[in-house]
Amino acid sequence: MTSKDMIRNEFAKGVTRRWFLRDCGVGIGATAFTSLLAQDQLLKGGRTHFPPKIKRVVYLFHAGAPSHLELFDPKPELTKRDGQLPPSELLKDYRAAFINPNSKLLGPKFTFSPHGQSGIELSDMLPHTSQLTDDMCLIRSMHTEAVNHAPAQIMLNTGSQQFGRPSLGAWMLYGLGSQSRNLPGYVVLTSAKGTSGGASNYGSGFLPTEYGGIPFRGTGDPVLYLSNPKGYDSKAQRDSLDTLNELNQIGFEQSPDPEITARIQAYETAYRLQTSAPELMDLKQESQETFDLYGIKNPQQSNYARNCLLARRLLERGVSFVQLFHEAWDQHGNLTKDIQKNCQETDQGTAALLIDLKRRGMLDDTLVIWGGEFGRTPMVQGGNDGRDHHNRCFSMWLAGGGVKKGFVYGETDELGFNIARDPVHVHDLNATLLHLLGFNHERLTYRYQGRDFRLTDVHGKVLNQILV
Amino acid sequence: MGVSVAFHVSFLSGGLGAVEFGRDVLPIFSEKCFQCHGPDEKNRKADLRLDTMEGATRDLGGYAAVVPGNPGQSTLIDRIEHVDPDEIMPPPDSELVLNAKEKLLLREWIEMGAPFEDHWAFLPPQKLTLPNSGHPMDAIVAARLDREGLSFSPPASAGILCRRLYLDIIGIPPTPTEVDAFVAAEKVNRDQAVKDLSNRLQNSAQFGERWARPWLDVARYADSNGFEKDLAREQWAWRDWVIQAINNDKPYNAFLIEQIAGDLLPDATQDQIIATGFLRNGMVNEEGAIVPEQFRIEGLFDRMDCVGKAVLGLSLQCAQCHSHKFDPITQDEYYGMFAFLNNTHEAQSWVYSKKQLDQIQHIQSKVEDLENKIRSVHPDWKTEITHWEASLQANHPKWQTLDFHEHVWEGGLNHPTQLPDHSVLVLGHPTVGGSMYLVARPGETTVTELRLEALQHGDHPFGGPGRGRKGLFSIGELEIYQRASAEADWEKVALKGARADFATEERAISHEAEKEKRSLIGPAAFMIDGNTKTGWMPDRGPVLRHTDSVAVVTLSSPLKLTAESELKIRLQLHQGESADGRDNLQLGRVRCSITDTPPSDAPLPDHAAWLAMEKPIAERTQADFRVIFRAWRNSLEDCSEINTEIVALEQNYPEAETSVLSLAEPPTDLQRVTYFLDRGGWNRPRHVVEPHVPTALHATHNTPKTRLDFARWLASDASPLTARVQVNRVWQSIFGVGLVETAEDFGTRAPRPEHQALLDWLAVDFMEKGWSLKSLIRTIVSSQVYQQDSKCPPELAERDPQNRLLARGPRFRMDAESIRDTALSISGLLHERIGGASFHPPVPQSMLDYNYFKVDWHEAQAPERYRRSLYMFRKRSMPDPVLTTFDAPNGDFACARRMRSNTPLAALTPLNEPVFVEASRALSLRILKEGGTTDASRADYGFRLCTGRSSTASERDALLSLIEKQRSRLADGWLSIDQIGFGGDDKRTELPEGTTPQDAAAWTIAARVLLNMDATLTKF
Repeated sequence: MTSKDMIRNEFAKGVTRRWFLRDCGVGIGATAFTSLLAQDQLLKGGRTHFPPKIKRVVYLFHAGAPSHLELFDPKPELTKRDGQLPPSELLKDYRAAFINPNSKLLGPKFTFSPHGQSGIELSDMLPHTSQLTDDMCLIRSMHTEAVNHAPAQIMLNTGSQQFGRPSLGAWMLYGLGSQSRNLPGYVVLTSAKGTSGGASNYGSGFLPTEYGGIPFRGTGDPVLYLSNPKGYDSKAQRDSLDTLNELNQIGFEQSPDPEITARIQAYETAYRLQTSAPELMDLKQESQETFDLYGIKNPQQSNYARNCLLARRLLERGVSFVQLFHEAWDQHGNLTKDIQKNCQETDQGTAALLIDLKRRGMLDDTLVIWGGEFGRTPMVQGGNDGRDHHNRCFSMWLAGGGVKKGFVYGETDELGFNIARDPVHVHDLNATLLHLLGFNHERLTYRYQGRDFRLTDVHGKVLNQILV
Repeated sequence: MGVSVAFHVSFLSGGLGAVEFGRDVLPIFSEKCFQCHGPDEKNRKADLRLDTMEGATRDLGGYAAVVPGNPGQSTLIDRIEHVDPDEIMPPPDSELVLNAKEKLLLREWIEMGAPFEDHWAFLPPQKLTLPNSGHPMDAIVAARLDREGLSFSPPASAGILCRRLYLDIIGIPPTPTEVDAFVAAEKVNRDQAVKDLSNRLQNSAQFGERWARPWLDVARYADSNGFEKDLAREQWAWRDWVIQAINNDKPYNAFLIEQIAGDLLPDATQDQIIATGFLRNGMVNEEGAIVPEQFRIEGLFDRMDCVGKAVLGLSLQCAQCHSHKFDPITQDEYYGMFAFLNNTHEAQSWVYSKKQLDQIQHIQSKVEDLENKIRSVHPDWKTEITHWEASLQANHPKWQTLDFHEHVWEGGLNHPTQLPDHSVLVLGHPTVGGSMYLVARPGETTVTELRLEALQHGDHPFGGPGRGRKGLFSIGELEIYQRASAEADWEKVALKGARADFATEERAISHEAEKEKRSLIGPAAFMIDGNTKTGWMPDRGPVLRHTDSVAVVTLSSPLKLTAESELKIRLQLHQGESADGRDNLQLGRVRCSITDTPPSDAPLPDHAAWLAMEKPIAERTQADFRVIFRAWRNSLEDCSEINTEIVALEQNYPEAETSVLSLAEPPTDLQRVTYFLDRGGWNRPRHVVEPHVPTALHATHNTPKTRLDFARWLASDASPLTARVQVNRVWQSIFGVGLVETAEDFGTRAPRPEHQALLDWLAVDFMEKGWSLKSLIRTIVSSQVYQQDSKCPPELAERDPQNRLLARGPRFRMDAESIRDTALSISGLLHERIGGASFHPPVPQSMLDYNYFKVDWHEAQAPERYRRSLYMFRKRSMPDPVLTTFDAPNGDFACARRMRSNTPLAALTPLNEPVFVEASRALSLRILKEGGTTDASRADYGFRLCTGRSSTASERDALLSLIEKQRSRLADGWLSIDQIGFGGDDKRTELPEGTTPQDAAAWTIAARVLLNMDATLTKF
């Protein structure tokens, strides 16, 4: 067999099942690049520890710290005590970010109502999501250590307050591999303003670069540098790539370096991406009914609702992890109006994504997560329309494969200040997510600096109580 | 330094047969046992440690884990071979398993008498005595290859070697002419040609640019602060320092000492202070309402991590929360090293250009002459100063310093703290506007005046006393309130006058403010005029800008306070300009005091001089004497002419061109104590830890006490790690993989190097040759090991995929910066300007739009945009898409080893990114201009530009067939000549003689292919 034949042969076998991994054995030592990925870390069809409950994840990251008191955690007692000082015993060793802890209590701005068979109470600001309470597993007892945005976002996404660790999606891709031939395995979609945690929220940290999230952008090229330079048509591009491949194949004959075949493959995948990414972003094939479901008025306009629809399209095409970032929830002031506005912008899209996945039969093996980096104080900030950062408790919800439906886990005290029952630390949530994906979070490790790192550091307990 | 060891085959062959503790046993212990039986005392099980002989053989109550010479008596053997899951070690739930070979090794080792030895990397490197002839590296590697039944690959051809040398020494490829020159020289004498070329390249300024990069990675250099605001910082002066230091071949030990403690060297120069920017390259959180101490401690952890990876090759961070599990670093020792770094200010220093420094020196010497003139006019000046001081003291009111029990930033954005001297310090995110109030209970007294001292602090820009870009401040309003008790309502106290030791002449705070007739600064009276838009600012100009100041406000009538009375001082600090808070003028440190002395109109003495005079003479520093002398001479009526002359001279004192984040030792009253932090929590201090170094590493004759001692300890010849780590980093940069694969970790868990003898020889040689980087690189590139052909026959690839044995030359995809620099260089676009501020490369608008805080991005135009990638602006939260795609780190933390990925995004980038596209057009023109008149000769020339070698017939044919096809499509109008060849209509440039626009377009298409070839992107 000539080396050209070898390359073609390997192409035919579909060596690049995993999109972003340079693990491309070309007959001469399949582990040629163990400097990047130690031998045992090379993926051969995933490394799950037990059968997974879910195949894919959509993480709706509502950054800025959405108020649990206005959205998910009804507190009639707080309404009653509006304007009073919080009990002093609560404030021992307490630290908020901005306010003097001894600020007065602020009653919730919105009313709550029970919904569905489960009777889960949600804010009236979430009319669409409220329709789906029977699919929802609501955790009202989340907590974290961080009380500032950037460290807390990094904590939720990477399991550490310090920058430089791989994100949840990167760990997942590292563990699962990518199921998509033409798209990256971990895609990021953004709306509203940039997040406090920046690109580190979806970075690969010390894992190889290919595991990081790839932002698909709402304006300009969906993937950076996707478009050919001005004037090149698809034929000129194909001719160019054919020539490039030929030159690289000749190079391979001269020096049979498997890196060269990996490069040829990367250019071919890039070429396919030039078609698949615009195709993905092009919503022409979607029906008006779908647009109405998501509340999309103008399919060209990039926003949260459109990102929800794109998330469904990505999942359909085999992408394993889609993360939406919507940074808009830092209501130190203007609480009432801004929560209303944020809910109007996001509630319907979120609900539509669940409905859409459900009717396509995908929700059973997909996990949808909704949440932000911490909660907000029962005490007022400023006049009477703001809340400060609060890390002692906040709410998140999950829906989809493997988790209980119409279920509430954990409870906060009557003021929504402390957790009263069943605390869930960020590490516990992350341990549970990995569990659903088929991983023992203590065993999904990566050796870096002599230490076997993992997403949950040395912590984390799987929340068996919320699992089916 | 290194002890010589006789060169004999058995050493190189690693003592076949016998079990070696370091090679065979320690890795088993480290991987499978140390988790519970290692250096970490807290997590140690059954009181057994296996990392020391004493621990392993200790009597555990009638038995011992290891009984040397007697496996049967050793419970270790019993336990590892046990079948009972409750007894077997490692326990089943650890999921660690010993295989049969490992068990046998442990048994054999005990049989041999269980000899312990330290981990190889903690023992000093030794230099083998080698045969006199030949290159020492080649002798070491050849012996090893011989043992493996391998031999060197043939030498690389001259052209390829030439390109390799250029890329390795200066980071950009040679031109065809340069290749030809080398090829000719190589024919005469290869060794001499390599030597000459290496020398020439090392003497070019581009050497420093190339070799600064690996250090910038491990020093986590970036141009922004990180975290959510991620504002820009000025730090490029430090990068310039690195480039210069490398170009000057500053010995690596001095290179380290200056970066870790340059400020503490005697008579530290500006350059030595800039060097300390190294540790300050870490992230700074400017999120509102943070507790600054939390993130200062986080920053110190990051500095420790950086020193660990960069200098020692150890994962120190493991010992932050508990003693290291695998390496002999206790948690106490971690905080011992932390203590050396902890006692510093987060300083910022002005950086003057060389010309400005000369100018300053000139002014200073002139001023000194004039001051000497005053001394000659007043020969008894010392006595006169004493009398002058005494008279000032006599007329000075008695001030009662206020102790504040409340110090509040209104709105909570900052968290002011009170220091032991009762001054209140504000750190954290500076904003444009804000108010602060302070509440004291002074006791029963009468108040006639309030004194406000604006004090310097090393954590503020340039020492402050302000918090803004220039360390200045302005107080818009100073208000005083009083109440009879904590329950009573506040009443505002009327004020009638204010004066200060200095005030800027009245003016608008900025050019913009001037236009809009707002925001005035000027006299102290502005503080009590009821107008927050006017404020007191004492800006004494660049010579004396960073000094303490004082103002005194007079109450309209004396205020009587009872024992319960409270006094509130409120400062309104709203005068600033830019939205990012950088131009804020908030005061950073303030102390207040009151007096019952009747007000007087006496001018206030210069406050810096006053504070100096408050010290006993024995405690005064040279700086104290200087400020006192200055204040005294300014008071002399008979010297007013000379004083005026000095003022005129000092008006020419330059404003610095830039600044740098640096280190500075705090004054005596602000020294920091280091605590052992329980589980690494910044808010869980336990006992005090004195600075000390780990006992497992080298000892030096002086016990380190200061940061400077620590730096010298790190850079000591006695260090088993420092030279090895640097040599390994250089090796990694040239060969793609280090001799120790984990460049950041030389601990017990690091894969043992295949060529330890080579690493050690190079490390000792490096130290013997004065820690010279240039010499080290010359040694490497002059070896046969380096000069081998990098072609990899399949058998060899299978046998040694990573080239750990070195039977072939280096071959790997280049680093991000080299890829971009190479494209610029090949195309002729590269703009060679050494040093200076970073430039903003083109970045897609969609990226700029998506930031937490608005980004001020001024896309650089030609030629600036074609500077080397080293100078690209690094914004941490928005990593450059080109560099990131090729695995450049974003500077969030120290990176000692880059990943090398190969992704479709890395294909799209050089195909379509604007600068690469511009390079393809420029390369087309260059090929047309220099590559002859036929497409065949041009194809070959393009090849030579990109790869350093001529094309083969099949390569040329591939390219020509593309050209031919595209020419016809261009001719037929399927493709636009203007768009492809020139980037748009009406953009045609002058073409090389005899060529057509169609040539330019067709060759642009071909050039784009050439720039994307594997051979172009790869060093081989």
